[in-house]
Amino acid sequence: MKLFAFTKTAEISEAIKNAADAETAQQGAHSRFVAGGTTLLDLMKLNVETPDKLIDINRLDLSKIETTRDGGLSIGALVRNSDLANHPYVKSHFSVLSEALLAGASAQLRNMATTGGNLLQRTRCVYFRDTTFACNKREPGSGCPAIEGENRTLAILGTSDSCIATNPSDMNVALMALDATIKISGMKGEREVPIAEFYRLPGSTPHIENVLQPGDLITHVVLKAMPAGSKSAYLKLRDRASYEFALASAAVVVQVNSGKITGVQMALGGVGTIPWRAAEAEKVLAGASATEDNFRKAAEAALQAAKPQTQNKFKVELSKRCIVHALKTATSPTA
Amino acid sequence: MTATTEKSNSPIGRATNRIDGPLKVTGSAMYTSDHNFPGMLHAVPVFATIANGSINKIDTSDAERMPGVKGIFHRSNIGKLFRVAPNSDYNAFSDEDRPPFEDDIVRYYGQYVAVAVAETLEQATAAAHAVKVSYSEKKPNVDNKLKAESGVKVESERGDAQKAYDAAAIKIDETYITPAETHNVIELHSSVAVFDGTNYTLYETTQGVVNHRNVLAQMLGVEPESVKVISKFLGSGFGGKITPWTHSAIAAAVARKLRKPIKIVITRKMAFQSAGHRPRTEQRVRLGADSKGNLTSLQHDYVNHTAMIDEYKEECGECTKYLYSCPNLRITSGLAKRHIGTPTPFRGPGAVPGLFATESALDELAIKLKMDPLQLRIINEPVKDEGLNIPFASRNLIDCFKTGAEKFGWSKRDPRVGSMKRDGLKLGWGLAGASWIAERWPAEVAVELRDDGTAKVSTGTQDIGTGTYTVLAQVLSDKLGIALDKIEVVIGDSTLPPGPLSGGSMVTASLIPAVSKAADKVIGTLLNAAVKTPEAKYFDVDQKEMTYTAGVVHRKNEPASAGISFQKILSAGNFKFILGKGSSSSTFTDKPKESKHSYGAHFVEVTWQEEIARLRVSRVVTVIDAGKIINPKAGRNQIEGAVVMGIGMALFEQTHYEPTKGAPLNSNLADYIVPVNADVPDLEVHFLEFPNKQLNEYGARGIGEIGLAGFAAATANAVYHATGIRIRELPIKIEDLLR
Repeated sequence: MKLFAFTKTAEISEAIKNAADAETAQQGAHSRFVAGGTTLLDLMKLNVETPDKLIDINRLDLSKIETTRDGGLSIGALVRNSDLANHPYVKSHFSVLSEALLAGASAQLRNMATTGGNLLQRTRCVYFRDTTFACNKREPGSGCPAIEGENRTLAILGTSDSCIATNPSDMNVALMALDATIKISGMKGEREVPIAEFYRLPGSTPHIENVLQPGDLITHVVLKAMPAGSKSAYLKLRDRASYEFALASAAVVVQVNSGKITGVQMALGGVGTIPWRAAEAEKVLAGASATEDNFRKAAEAALQAAKPQTQNKFKVELSKRCIVHALKTATSPTA
Repeated sequence: MTATTEKSNSPIGRATNRIDGPLKVTGSAMYTSDHNFPGMLHAVPVFATIANGSINKIDTSDAERMPGVKGIFHRSNIGKLFRVAPNSDYNAFSDEDRPPFEDDIVRYYGQYVAVAVAETLEQATAAAHAVKVSYSEKKPNVDNKLKAESGVKVESERGDAQKAYDAAAIKIDETYITPAETHNVIELHSSVAVFDGTNYTLYETTQGVVNHRNVLAQMLGVEPESVKVISKFLGSGFGGKITPWTHSAIAAAVARKLRKPIKIVITRKMAFQSAGHRPRTEQRVRLGADSKGNLTSLQHDYVNHTAMIDEYKEECGECTKYLYSCPNLRITSGLAKRHIGTPTPFRGPGAVPGLFATESALDELAIKLKMDPLQLRIINEPVKDEGLNIPFASRNLIDCFKTGAEKFGWSKRDPRVGSMKRDGLKLGWGLAGASWIAERWPAEVAVELRDDGTAKVSTGTQDIGTGTYTVLAQVLSDKLGIALDKIEVVIGDSTLPPGPLSGGSMVTASLIPAVSKAADKVIGTLLNAAVKTPEAKYFDVDQKEMTYTAGVVHRKNEPASAGISFQKILSAGNFKFILGKGSSSSTFTDKPKESKHSYGAHFVEVTWQEEIARLRVSRVVTVIDAGKIINPKAGRNQIEGAVVMGIGMALFEQTHYEPTKGAPLNSNLADYIVPVNADVPDLEVHFLEFPNKQLNEYGARGIGEIGLAGFAAATANAVYHATGIRIRELPIKIEDLLR
């Protein structure tokens, strides 16, 4: 880890101003906001992130969970994962989010990790995290040894010739299925970005992961109320029973009326370079009967574009089974 | 002299809390890296980022100018370090023989090439990162395919295995693979070296303070008397701390250079690279049997990877030669050199990977025979050790299987694949046998009986978390009849009488006779004092009429209540303490008269949820035949811990070496998967206590390693029963079952 300046602030405007002089808000940024620090400090110790300046934002007034007038939620960026997961309204009205959060990390990490930080969680690709290897995400243009190398846990959707790194978050998968809106404050004021437009596919610029500009600070995540009669499920598949990143996960929000699916939102984790909205699967399911056959067809559609690598072909089938089971769980009469 | 303590009060065999427990749970136990000294500096190694090649240049200019930096040391300025002379009597042994920085050749990724020394850990870490090393790099060989490169060695042979195989009615010919595994002890390897200009005091993470002292003295080129190694508590070793690794010599050499205390705590990543691992093995097993299931031929040919200059052999055939009866047998070994750090023992070396192969193969044979795998073991039970043609000292393997079968409910097993279900999940039931050597290392012990009624036992061994402190206190308590809380145990210091290495599961068995003899000497002196001290009650009584009970000396023909306390005798004689020394010898011999081993059986249930490809170990019953268990509480803990590690070996653990750079790639605890609590069901452990007094008077043998032996095979056998998929390469992964 290299030496860095450390400042604290209790003012959003001051935090933004402090970070605005950076050239980028993406990989290699010279200024970084730090909240829980569960990703950033880790990467600084590995010399993957080498900021000159850390701006501690823990004292900003962004730690509230508030219901909105339409029955949705406004979640402050500094709300800890554990507080969000265990919030009564989240458990009763957005259980898929609570389940996803609790499937992630460990109790200790969830106590530290924040909502805003989790949105920006970095990949666990071993090449990204080891500076002795090339990595297009870390050092643009240096190459991607993962494509021919250790790629068992890496992405099969949204990949490019430059990068196949998986987005490791569980929370983001649920937020994607819930069509969350991300509120950002920056030098030009406040703006709202739908989560579907927040992340950027790696393409030829895998070092740019989202739409954030220098000085941009995520302040809130806003959820609309789920449609009446919604049922949901989050299923995470991995090698061991707990404390491991997903090999495949699925977040499902579904409305069923007389055996027909009247609405569905679904996102996948562990398989995409970004939290993956399964739009093709949603199309298959819209108006279809809630049967296992149709779930399987939807799963096939969701993975139609999958591009597996040398070690992760199994993820295609695993992700399909994950989708089917999540849909079965969400639509079962006892759900 | 025979002690006549009241056996009903004996602490031997009583479930006993660890006497060092309060120190550990209050955080006051001093582990190696807890030691700090005035003026101490922190050292952080710089490691090679190639696996094959040579160093061209080490540029330290930037690093030297960084804040707090006291020096960057490497081959040119560290000072002379020597090799350990190869020796056959284990007087000093290291797995990695080359001292650090000996030459400019790089033979594995992570080999230390320099070390940064600074006032704080953070400064040293930053400086280490700023050292620029340029290399001439060649492509490393970390190939996963293993072939015996310089011929094979016949390890054991009887009859004509090939001929019998060719003629056999039923045959199995399969290859089994176990991956490289890294120990991943919780307490990272560390060294704190203090040099006063003449003597070295080295605080180390070691499973052998005496061996560590001997190795470091040779590497530093000084007399062993000028080196003292301290290791009071260890956050486990699992074999990874049996021999010194190169960071230890670096710490001592820098302390020598700077005359300042030096602390090195290696990182988790370094532990994967340069502090040992279990090597990958590839094992071909050929079994021949008649149609009734009698084994007629057994061939076990194995190869493991080793380092470029250190030959480490994983003796996979260790148990094969004696575990089952078979007239025709051939076992061979081979090595394949790789640009990988030196392998080292990993809990149950040889037997653990070996039994995965042979106990899996037996299961495959049972299936071919349409025979219960338990029955196959029973009909092939030998009456003697056929490998050495000697009788067994004690062997209750079939008892282990039968006890386990009863506890597990094995008779309810439906052998048809996938036929058993519970709560919508498919069940798989598997079993496997286990075995491990039972021997003694040499050991010397000193016992002191003190005038305050307490006693002390000291020896240059160490407690690696297994409960050695407590076992020593229990044994001395039993021998002297003094309460456990009046006994002080002093270990973890190389200046004490040389004690055993914590390796091979032999510390308890080795120490008992030595403690016993030392205690007997103390009692002899005490009784003599009782009859020779005019001020004592028994002056001039014939010593032969005297005995002792629970801290009291009395006549044999009177109750203990009529006697006088040890304390009073010491006080009457004006003795501060009475000292007794005892030793026990190694039982290793070229021509043993009896075959000494422990045995065990694992019964494993897995659940298989095909719909989401989810496999879990759901139930385990383990039965262990290891003689008398001195402390059943710590003993159960040992077996349970080994089973947890077995779940890891069966389902998760594997160190990946990246082919282009040769780096262990998953060198952290997020990417190297070990079981978490949620992966571990309730574990049932049973000990069959058949004390055999070959090794010591209680009939105690070691239990540190046997719990891991055979477990992975029992799991793989259960997985086959549930899924119909035979896994011959560990770990058993989701993708293997998604067929």
